[in-house]
Amino acid sequence: MSAALRDVMDALAGIKPGSALDAVRNRRPQAREQAEASFRALFEPESFAGVSATERFALAVFVTGLHGDAVSTAFYAERLAATGPAPEVAAAIDAAIAAATGQGPYGGYPAGPLSREDAPGPSYHVGHVGPEARRILGARLTAALDHAHLLVFHPRDAAPASLQALLDAGWSTTDIVTLSQIIAFLSFQIRVAAGLRVLATA
Amino acid sequence: MPDKIVEPPLHTAPAVFTRALLDWRPWLEPLAEESLTERQMAGLVDAVRAKSPYFRLLARDPDALRARTLTDKDIFYNPEAGLPRGERELAAAATSRFNGCIYCASVHARHSATYSKRADDVQRLLDEGVAADLGERWNAIIAACVALSATPIAFASEHVERLRRAGLDDLAIADVIHAAAFFNWANRLMLSLGEPALPAEA
Repeated sequence: MSAALRDVMDALAGIKPGSALDAVRNRRPQAREQAEASFRALFEPESFAGVSATERFALAVFVTGLHGDAVSTAFYAERLAATGPAPEVAAAIDAAIAAATGQGPYGGYPAGPLSREDAPGPSYHVGHVGPEARRILGARLTAALDHAHLLVFHPRDAAPASLQALLDAGWSTTDIVTLSQIIAFLSFQIRVAAGLRVLATA
Repeated sequence: MPDKIVEPPLHTAPAVFTRALLDWRPWLEPLAEESLTERQMAGLVDAVRAKSPYFRLLARDPDALRARTLTDKDIFYNPEAGLPRGERELAAAATSRFNGCIYCASVHARHSATYSKRADDVQRLLDEGVAADLGERWNAIIAACVALSATPIAFASEHVERLRRAGLDDLAIADVIHAAAFFNWANRLMLSLGEPALPAEA
């Protein structure tokens, strides 16, 4: 990150020190600091035990890619590359993003009066891209990306079986909490950055 | 031994959006209340949250939980100017209604009704959905939350202009953006790590 930018959100939203939106962000100083602390807790933790740096940034590239947010995707792709992943990983994630693109939120409700609002849509598995993608990404990351697609596009379809698939791939309960926080935090970070970018120019 | 899914005890799931008090049942094992470490307690921020299975599950990644909780508090509770509290809670409820999180919608619809004193309008948001006609100012806030919550994000300058015409300044608009973005974080955790339940009859 350039020294001229105060934090990751400023970098993603293109906010310059001393600008009107810099002043707006300073009116909620704790939210500003703690959004940055959230980024650090999830992407620069004291320990990468459980979920590796490559896994965290690969997940981030996929989630930002599903949102079609080029600025955020470039930010995380650069950090993924810095972790030294196997050479085919970045291309496999790009292919997975291209195969998984959709429009959310959709999903079902408990049977009853809300059933009329049921909006069915696709479930995604990295295997849809082909067996190569699964081989390159491995069982753990494949399961994490499949779960990310669920949370990004149709979180109300989540069920115990979704978590069982993560456990079956070798993730622990604590790892799943971290993966879920990464996906959910990015859903926040991408939206704050996108919203502030619009506000800056409107 | 590999971790396991928790089978929630038999309960009745809510089948509609409601302002009633709901329980939440985790699908993964929360930490035991009596064995929380100092760092996990710090993650909870408020000691009373040790009673909540949701927060004790998230406390498995205590640094991420702490930063998330402190971000949440400033976005919703910072009293200085910007969007009135009842409308920040409206944004939380509208985002939850759109994403389909019955639990989050119940909590924040109650808060919005309390702080805005417009319980009937909040109930119409729950009953009719995000297209309910609640007067131009609330319609503009809800439309902005919906556009920001869509994936890919549909929030654009027309939403900012409509909020300005409805009387919101840039800090208030930034509050709408942060409140809606934060509930894209919260909804995904609540929807995917457990499920809502009607409280057992006393």
